[in-house]
Amino acid sequence: MKKILALVCALVMACGLFVTANAEGDLLKIGYVQVGHESDWRMANTQNYFDVFTKEAGFDLELIDCDNDHALQLSKVREFVQKDFDYIVIDPIQTAGWDDVLKEVQDAGIPCIIADRSVDASPDLYTTAVGTDMTAEGETAGKWLEEYLAGKEAKILVIEGSTGSSAAIGRAEGFNKVAANHPEWEILASQDGDFTQNGGQAVMEDFIKRFPEFDVVVCHNDNEAYGAMDAMDAAGIKYGVGEKIIISFDATNEGLKRTLDGQILCDVECNPIQAVIVMNVIKALQAGETVEKFTLVPDEGFCAPGIESAIVTTMTDEVLAGRKY
Amino acid sequence: MKNGMAWLKKITGMRLFLPLFSVFLVLIINVVYDAVQGNYALEFFRLELKEGALYGRIIDILNRGSEAAILAIGMTLVVSSSAGTDISVGSVMSLAGSLCCMLLAGFGVTHVREIGDLQMPIFVGVLAGIAVASLCGLFNGFLVAKMKIQPMVATLIFFTAGRAIGLLLTNNKMVYIHLDEFKVFGGKLWIFPTPTVIAAACILIMVLILKTTSLGMYVQSVGINPRASRIAGINSTAIILLCYVICGLFSGVAGIVATSRIYSADSNNIGLNLELDAILAVALGGNSLGGGRFNLAGSIIGAYTIQAITTTMYALGVAKAQAPVYKAIIVILIVVVQSPVVKAFFARRRAQKLQAYAVAGRS
Repeated sequence: MKKILALVCALVMACGLFVTANAEGDLLKIGYVQVGHESDWRMANTQNYFDVFTKEAGFDLELIDCDNDHALQLSKVREFVQKDFDYIVIDPIQTAGWDDVLKEVQDAGIPCIIADRSVDASPDLYTTAVGTDMTAEGETAGKWLEEYLAGKEAKILVIEGSTGSSAAIGRAEGFNKVAANHPEWEILASQDGDFTQNGGQAVMEDFIKRFPEFDVVVCHNDNEAYGAMDAMDAAGIKYGVGEKIIISFDATNEGLKRTLDGQILCDVECNPIQAVIVMNVIKALQAGETVEKFTLVPDEGFCAPGIESAIVTTMTDEVLAGRKY
Repeated sequence: MKNGMAWLKKITGMRLFLPLFSVFLVLIINVVYDAVQGNYALEFFRLELKEGALYGRIIDILNRGSEAAILAIGMTLVVSSSAGTDISVGSVMSLAGSLCCMLLAGFGVTHVREIGDLQMPIFVGVLAGIAVASLCGLFNGFLVAKMKIQPMVATLIFFTAGRAIGLLLTNNKMVYIHLDEFKVFGGKLWIFPTPTVIAAACILIMVLILKTTSLGMYVQSVGINPRASRIAGINSTAIILLCYVICGLFSGVAGIVATSRIYSADSNNIGLNLELDAILAVALGGNSLGGGRFNLAGSIIGAYTIQAITTTMYALGVAKAQAPVYKAIIVILIVVVQSPVVKAFFARRRAQKLQAYAVAGRS
């Protein structure tokens, strides 16, 4: 028994040696603490990092799936510091509670990039941030509606994302900013649909009964929009060009397919393809250039075929085929 | 007058009076709200036929409460026999749905749009989902009945692992089955929402089993005193095991309904927190979580009471983030009214009144 154990130990150690030997060379060691794997969006984001930070491109990426565990994320960042990584990329699960760890990373002299989500810490504590702007997404949706309605009156229902999430807050804020300029728009109600299809369906079932007359449904993500459609189908309410207007966010593959089918009239993306921008920031830092404190990942909007828009792209089969996620 | 009092007493004395009274109270809130708002007072109860199906708030309650009602059946038996709760039912629901969708779509496939792309007939996938849920129940039952592990600890295993296994099965993705044949379990059957039909069928089957066999009596006797039951010749271990298997099986059925509703396996969200609703349903039904005597009808009414509260919150336009606060207040009221102390108080008052009558009659 002991012999076997010793053998196993030796094997493991040998493997360890082999791996470290392999990883050496002039590859840049990048540590990425990913939030988890909770949605299609997140999976696309993870895959994008694997696709971009390859050995061929000169990187040795260690991506940790933290499964929404804030404590694990903190400990993994500390582990990166101990192992003396060249760059640390953090997609923070929580906004709060980062000061100590960021200070440790800074003291170790490792450049730190906050990606995707944001932290509630002094910008002096990290090198730079890369991310999307949820408020801008809400504004894009609002501006598209402005263009589409062209001054017509509209009664609007909103199915929000989970209360308190940055996506729900930002998207509502951006949309409301545009709505504030339109006295002819009336937001009838706004209710939390939990970012899920079931939640969206339950909220819409209620909305239809309380507000028989409405024109627009704004859903804070695609899944909620599918649920809202199911509820409208059940009540015999039609949606599409010339019918009720559905606006959605995320622009996942399925969401865009439904935009192409003319069910969702406008779908504003939240771009998970962020790795290239992070890589460019790292390359700039390597070259000794100074980088901006925040780099925006551009988001695009898409509208159903048959709608001409100066703000968003009209969906075609080619656009859908060209999408990476 | 006296006849009237006797009639009232007979009604309030019935076992199901309090659970029914609770759900009635919740519904009254809506009538009052509509009346105050100047709407048609019985707006909440309006039923219509839309797109060939029954449509209205009451239908929403019956429809959306289905999963909790189905879970409540199994939970009642588990609570009664083992004096503990099965907290894994929500995760097991999700696991059943994930396995079903994975088998139908094939591993790694995320969308099925043509019936020809199915890897196997839908009923095989559905039965496999229900079977794996029953196996989870068997495992829970084994730990509780044979290994004598506390129910909450034993079922904690699948509470945490169920969703993770589901994610492994679906390769961490949401698996969609865009087929009407699959959507039917969460859709409509003739003019009824299918979930209500499935819930009714589950309830009917369980009632028939309890009426035609001695299972109900065995379960209660094991719950009251397992050792005495064993001496009396009842196989306590087998009874507890059976209760957990039934609970698992119904979790599987509820999981298929929830999955079919959104025609996709959403491991992270299906059945989320539903174990708590199921346990609450049992408690609202006037059952003691300490095991022993049970009242299945009470649990089921309890499940629909919870959904009635949720639907009421929507109808009143309460923000979902705040809704749990009001829900909690209503639950506190219902639980307090049904508590032994309050019941004893009313019993004492009744006795005092009777005594006063008797004294008055003598003088």
